[in-house]
Amino acid sequence: MLLPIVFTIIKILIIVTVILLAVAYMTYAERKVIGAMQVRLGPTHTGPYGLLQPIADAVKLIAKEDLTPDMVDRPVFIIAPLLTMVPALAGFAVIPFADNFTMFGMEIKPYITDLNIGLLYVLAISSVGTYGVIMSGWASNSKYALLGSLRSSAQVLSYETAMGLSLVAPVLLAGSLSLREITLAQAGMWFVVPQIVAFVVYVIAAVAETNRAPFDLAEAETEIVAGFHVEYSSMKFALFFLGEYANMYLVSTIATVMFLGGWNGPLLPPLVWFVIKVLFIMFIFLWLRATLPRLRFDQLMSLGWKVLIPIALANLMITAIVVHIVR
Amino acid sequence: MMAQVAFYILAVLAVVSALGVITRENPVHSALWMLLTFFSVAGIFVQLGAEFVAAIQVLVYAGAILVLYLFVVMLLNPRAGGFIRMPAKYIIGSAVSIVVFFQIAITVWSSGIFKNGTIGPLPYAEGMNNVRAYGNVLFTKYLVPFEIASLLLLVAMIGAIVIARKD
Repeated sequence: MLLPIVFTIIKILIIVTVILLAVAYMTYAERKVIGAMQVRLGPTHTGPYGLLQPIADAVKLIAKEDLTPDMVDRPVFIIAPLLTMVPALAGFAVIPFADNFTMFGMEIKPYITDLNIGLLYVLAISSVGTYGVIMSGWASNSKYALLGSLRSSAQVLSYETAMGLSLVAPVLLAGSLSLREITLAQAGMWFVVPQIVAFVVYVIAAVAETNRAPFDLAEAETEIVAGFHVEYSSMKFALFFLGEYANMYLVSTIATVMFLGGWNGPLLPPLVWFVIKVLFIMFIFLWLRATLPRLRFDQLMSLGWKVLIPIALANLMITAIVVHIVR
Repeated sequence: MMAQVAFYILAVLAVVSALGVITRENPVHSALWMLLTFFSVAGIFVQLGAEFVAAIQVLVYAGAILVLYLFVVMLLNPRAGGFIRMPAKYIIGSAVSIVVFFQIAITVWSSGIFKNGTIGPLPYAEGMNNVRAYGNVLFTKYLVPFEIASLLLLVAMIGAIVIARKD
């Protein structure tokens, strides 16, 4: 009775710690990678090769004064960053990081739980993340913040549809919503091969979902200062930052599980394959940011509604017909 | 035992947050309390073994519909003190609540739960899970209501396109 609970708590602690560390070093990787792409060095001064830079940034953010402007709606202002951060972390509860294995004579399951609605759970939890953005924009009582949050929520709602539709196709192929069973179904062939269209739609929608460049209209510095988190400082700002990066990891992980075969792969251990694939998608995020200019808002909307959703729908219909004939 | 404790926590949360929805002066706060209500109800669905409904509840109601509510409320920017001044609102509200209450009560009563004495999920057949079970009934027994619902959505969609297009 007690042992499974202790086990689960240990797993949660490990996963959360790893994600937070991964988030910290993603900021380092981002600066180094984009630096390299723009022929600069990136951070070099703090520690060897600037490796201690994320730690220094964390210390700086914690040490800053935590300002709460006078005219804000205090409770909502304080809850908003939490609502960005928590759903992003909670989504990892159903991710199968590797296959079950035996250690010290016990079977170890490298995931917190395996729901039969796993994928729906992730989509549901991550859709709640929108509230963090909307609430921060409204509670800040500032024009820039409100504009940023309205842009962001319209964008997230539009691209959520394309994202959901592109994820249904692999679900049809696997015949299950459980992320573990979907991974097991890809032992022979990764779904990215038959579902390359859905994969491309998913990656574009995922970049838009996480408000990353070239879809970062929510915080377009040149137009609306910093968007929804303009009034936030110190730890509250850090929470938004952590939430954004944790969300990037979440969508990359889902792409890995749904399209890139999860832990499946030859020679290397399953967990290593999983990490490599996630980092590859994360690299695409950085690559896009260094390459593409920001879209205009009307371009963003017409790309979402008039290109991605029809493609995802057509792909879904074809997949459904093929699956029906083959079975 | 654990399940009962969890149920009471969720039930109390649902009722308290629902009270929050109707007592807040500021409509944005009401909407946020409603978010908590949705989550508590989703938790109760999970306890009843209806994970699919729980996930859809959060995905559709919390993730999309309530966001649209917030959109409208934020853009209208009503002053604190309520933006609808309607003298009869308490009477209309109570009447609607009583009707809905009796409708739910009659449905629950006629389902025979009280005769069997157990409330909770029935075991699934072999190889069946929550999602499969839903799919099966939705596309066999309840096919007609399901199709009618999709027709309704289609009409709404066409309506939106007609309103939005430039002639």
